[in-house]
Amino acid sequence: MRPHQSFERLAINIGDERLPKNNKRDRLMATDEVILIGFRGGPFSLIVEWALKLKGVEYEYLDEDLFNNNKSPMLLQYNPVHKKVPVLVHNGKPVAESLVIVEYIDETWKQYPLLPDDPYDRAVARFWAKYAEDKCKTAAFSVFATVGEAQENATKEAREILKTFEKGLRGKFFGGETIGFVDVVAGWIAYWIGVIEEITGINIVDKETMPLLSEWFQNFLDVEIVKERLPPRDKLLEKNKIFREQLVAAST
Amino acid sequence: MGDVSEVKLFGTWSGSPSPTKRVEIALKLKGIPYEFIQEDLGNKSESLLQYNPVHKKVPVLVHNGKPIAESAIILEYIDEHWKYAPKLLPEDPYERAMVRFWANFIDEKLRSRALVMSEGEEKAKLIKEYIENICVLEEGIKRDFSGKSPFLNGESPGYLDLVLGSSACSHRAIEEIVGAKLIMPEIHPLFFAWVTAMKNHPVVKETLPPHEGLLNHVLKYKQRTLELLNTKA
Repeated sequence: MRPHQSFERLAINIGDERLPKNNKRDRLMATDEVILIGFRGGPFSLIVEWALKLKGVEYEYLDEDLFNNNKSPMLLQYNPVHKKVPVLVHNGKPVAESLVIVEYIDETWKQYPLLPDDPYDRAVARFWAKYAEDKCKTAAFSVFATVGEAQENATKEAREILKTFEKGLRGKFFGGETIGFVDVVAGWIAYWIGVIEEITGINIVDKETMPLLSEWFQNFLDVEIVKERLPPRDKLLEKNKIFREQLVAAST
Repeated sequence: MGDVSEVKLFGTWSGSPSPTKRVEIALKLKGIPYEFIQEDLGNKSESLLQYNPVHKKVPVLVHNGKPIAESAIILEYIDEHWKYAPKLLPEDPYERAMVRFWANFIDEKLRSRALVMSEGEEKAKLIKEYIENICVLEEGIKRDFSGKSPFLNGESPGYLDLVLGSSACSHRAIEEIVGAKLIMPEIHPLFFAWVTAMKNHPVVKETLPPHEGLLNHVLKYKQRTLELLNTKA
């Protein structure tokens, strides 16, 4: 079991939005321990980091050695069902699965709401978040993990899926003029499509066929909080090239 | 409630324990009047294609002309718009996270389609996996829903009960078709108790088809799929 580092003090919103944000009463010096177990070699821990950063939540980050398939006892303890990252541990209680974690974060820390207020708008946001999770994720990974005809088919499908995904944009971002739930959940695509394209040598998204999505890639990656957490590209390329070789070798 | 609104539900043939059932039960639990529009999935209506252009699937809830697709999302919408009791999801964020986590697990790991269609060695493997996954769920119920009885939502069925329920309640039909017990009270006491509570709930009972209807439906599905495969081969 890894030792926890020192607790971070955290200003918590006591649930009454009428109180001004910098009211000393608000900053109940309660200690809130937030740990994120993740993997910087893959995209999905970023989802949770961006959500936490947008809300100004302090957290401790623990990286898993997944390129060597070396899962820590802590990960196995906190996500015994799937044994996967990311896992958020809040005051000792674990939450797994990136979309579940982001909704938990949004409901626990009320500043900078990610989901809109209106139930219908929330349903629409959840729809596109699910689409990104179910369809875009599988599509991108299929292009990455295949070769030859299978890859050609995967690429064609990925382009269709991303073209459909583009329809969810509500202006500059999926959240409208500022980033919201869908942007946080799907934003890894903006960075990782380029990484996959470089490793495979395949073009998936281009300005001609997906102008709005291409623009969203740029706009999203320009956001300060997003930029700060991005892992260095060369490292990602290096590690994932090897990973791809292993995947392809295993399947042939 | 004095909410004069128009609710339409596009769904599949009522003889199947499908995601449409989850939504129907939720609407009935909340006492929300709705119009049911039955879709023939082999011949989808213009309306359905208009309301769910991305997936072209049922169920779709159309509330005052605005469509919502995906059963789990529809359930959350119903709970957020019609805020009165019975609540479908708990109030506490951590409890809500547990509900959503297990709903995903069920949708991912407890699908009976492949199991029903399988034969021989493949079938034996899938049966083993299915039972293991029910064991994982049993552990999960014990650990994450210990205060909740008789349903995972407490006194009244909620989101997770409905996500799990529409297929769990047809387990007897599936067991008959695969020729093996999947849910056993000795090994899965909590889950078994839960299934019993679900089957006996008046709204659930009236909405889900009876055992014979379910059995016939699953048998027909298997036969149809085999015919399709044989004509292709």
